[in-house]
Amino acid sequence: MLSFVSAHSPLLAIVIPLISAPLCMLFGNRTVAFTISTLAVAASFALSIYLLWWVKDGTVLSYHIGGWAPPLGIEYRVDTANAFVLLIVSAMGLLTLPYARTSITDEIDENHHTLFYACYMLCFTGLMGVTITGDAFNVFVFLEISSLSTYVLVALGAKKDKRALSAAYDYLVLGTIGATFFVIGLGFIYMATGTLNMVDLSQRLPAISDSRTVRAGFALIVIGMGLKVAVYPLHRWLPGAYTYSPSAVSVFLASTATKVALYVIIRFMFSVYSARFGFEAVTFQYVILPLALVAMFGASFVAVYQINLKRMLAYSSVSQIGYMLLGLSLLNVEGVSGAFVHMFNHAMTKGALFMAVGAIVFRTGSAMLPNMAGLGKQMPWTSAAIVIGGLSLIGVPSSAGFVSKWVLMSAAFERDWWLIAFLIVGSSLIAVVYVWRVIEVLYLQQPNKDVVVKEAPLSLLVPTWILIITTLWFGLHADFAIGFATTAAENLIQGGFGGKEVIILGVESR
Amino acid sequence: MEHHLILRVVTKILVGPILLYALYVQFHGDFGPGGGFQAGVIFAVAFILYGLVFSLRQLRELVPDRIVHQLVAIGLLLYAGTGIVTLFLGGNFLDYNVLSDVGYKGQHWGIITIELGVGITVFAVMLSIYYAFAGRPPQLDDKDW
Repeated sequence: MLSFVSAHSPLLAIVIPLISAPLCMLFGNRTVAFTISTLAVAASFALSIYLLWWVKDGTVLSYHIGGWAPPLGIEYRVDTANAFVLLIVSAMGLLTLPYARTSITDEIDENHHTLFYACYMLCFTGLMGVTITGDAFNVFVFLEISSLSTYVLVALGAKKDKRALSAAYDYLVLGTIGATFFVIGLGFIYMATGTLNMVDLSQRLPAISDSRTVRAGFALIVIGMGLKVAVYPLHRWLPGAYTYSPSAVSVFLASTATKVALYVIIRFMFSVYSARFGFEAVTFQYVILPLALVAMFGASFVAVYQINLKRMLAYSSVSQIGYMLLGLSLLNVEGVSGAFVHMFNHAMTKGALFMAVGAIVFRTGSAMLPNMAGLGKQMPWTSAAIVIGGLSLIGVPSSAGFVSKWVLMSAAFERDWWLIAFLIVGSSLIAVVYVWRVIEVLYLQQPNKDVVVKEAPLSLLVPTWILIITTLWFGLHADFAIGFATTAAENLIQGGFGGKEVIILGVESR
Repeated sequence: MEHHLILRVVTKILVGPILLYALYVQFHGDFGPGGGFQAGVIFAVAFILYGLVFSLRQLRELVPDRIVHQLVAIGLLLYAGTGIVTLFLGGNFLDYNVLSDVGYKGQHWGIITIELGVGITVFAVMLSIYYAFAGRPPQLDDKDW
C-alpha cells in the first residue's frame, strides 16, 4: 500500500481533491461535503509534504499520465520549486476549510453550501494541478479549472453584497483575457517548436530564441499570466474580487491564487525560456522592475486611503506582489529565492489577516474601518491577530515579513543596486502608515457603547492563530523557507530543467 | 404553445431521431468524428427543444434539477473513476492498456468509458445552464414592455 501511494504520489495529490468535488455534489449534505473535502485536502497536504521532503535536495520526480512517455504524453514533474508552492497551496487550503465551515454560515445560502465545497475543491485541484504539471498546455487546462471555480466562489458573496456579482464579472472578463493571451502565447511557441512539454520546450527554444514568433509568444505568456498575478497596471480585478467575496474565499485566493500564477511566470521565464540573457533579461530589467516598483509604492499609497479593511488588504496584496516581481527581476539566486520566500511568508501573513478581518465581519457584519472603532477591547484575540499580521506585513524583525524583505534587500545589495534596497525599506514605511490606521481604529478610538460585540468563535480564531504563530515561528526559524527557496532558485537561475537526478515514478511507460 | 400544433407534432417526431443521433455520435466517436462532448450537446438539445415547445415546467418534471446536478457529478466520477481503476489494476493513471489482456482492447474500453463520462457531464451541464437561464423569474411582465 505504502509503495503504491509513493509510486503515484504526484498524481494522488491532484486526483484525490478532484474526485472529492463531484462526491461533495453527489451527497448533497453539507456536513458530509465538509468531511469529504477536509479529508481530501488533508491527504493532498500530506502528499505535498512527502513530495517536498523527497525533492528537497534537488531530485526531480516525473510521473507519466496514461503511461505515455513525454514529450508526447502529459508529465507531472515535481522539483523543489513547485513542491514548495504545492506545500503553500495545500497548507492554506487545509487551514481555510475549517474556517470556511463557520464563516460561510451567514454569508452563503444554506442550500448552496455543498456547491461551495465542490467549487472550493475544484479551485484547489486547479491550483495544485497548475503547479505540478510539466506540460505547458496542461497548465492552461488546470488554470481554467481553478479560474472558473474562482469566479463562482467570488460571486457567492452576492448574498451579503450584490457588488460581488460585478466583481466576479470583472474578474471573469479580465481572467479570461489573461488565459486567452496565455494560450495564444503557447500556440506561438508550439508553432515554433512543435512540442508542449516544458522540458522539451526548454531544450528546443534556445536555438530559435531570436525568432519573432518565440518572442511574441513570450510576451503573450507574460502579459496573460501578469493579469492573473495582478502585476501593477493589470490588477484592476483584484481589489473587487478580494473585497466582496465571502471571507473564506478571500483568505484562500489572497494566499494562493496569485502565488500560483506567479509560479507559472517564474517557470516560463526561467525554465522554459532562459531569462538570464538577451530578450528575456531585458524584459525583466526594463519592464517588470519598474512595474514592480510602481506597485510597491502606488498600491501601498492607495491602500492608505481605503476605508474598507478588506479592500485595503487587497491593495496591500498588489504591492506585496511587487516585492516578489522585484526579486525576480534582480535575476540572481538571492532575488529569486527572495521571491519564493516572500510568496511563502505573504501567503501566511495575508491569509491570517484576511481570516481576522473575516472574523470581524462575522461578528459585526461589516469590514468598514469606521465600524471597528474600539473593537480591540471587545474582540481582543482577533485584534491582536490583526496587529501581529500587520507587523509581519511591514516586516518588523522576528516576523516572517522581515525575513523575506531581508533576503530581497541582500539580493539588491549583491547587485549593487543600493537605490532598490532603499526603496524596499521606503515602501515598507508606507505599510506602517496603513497598518497603523487600523491599529488606531481598533485600540485608540472609543467603542460604540450601544453595540456589544462578542469575541469571534473558536472555529474562526484557531485557524487564524495557527497562521499567526507560524508567521512568528518562520520569522525566527528562517532556515526552513530559505533552504528550499535557495535550492529552487539555484536550479531556476541556471535555466532549463536542471536538478540532480530524475526519478520516474509510477509504472514503466511504453 | 398550446395552439402551435405543427410545432408540437414536429417536435415529437424529431426528439427520437435527435437522441438516436446523439448516441451514434457518442459511440462512434472512437472511429470517426464525434465523441462525448458533441454527443452530450446533441443529447441535451433534444431535451431543450422539448422544453422550449412543451414548457420548462413539463421538462423539469421529466428531468428534475436534482437529477441533473447529480449527473454532472456522475459523469466526472466515471472519468476519474476509470483512472482510479487503472491505478489499481497496476497501471498509471488512465493507462487503458491494463483494462484488458490485449492492449488495444483495453484502449478501446477505456476511451469508451471516459467518453461516456464526458457525454453525461456535458449533457447535464447544458441542461442545467438552460434551467438556470429559462428558470429565472421574469423581471418585466410581457405587457410592461
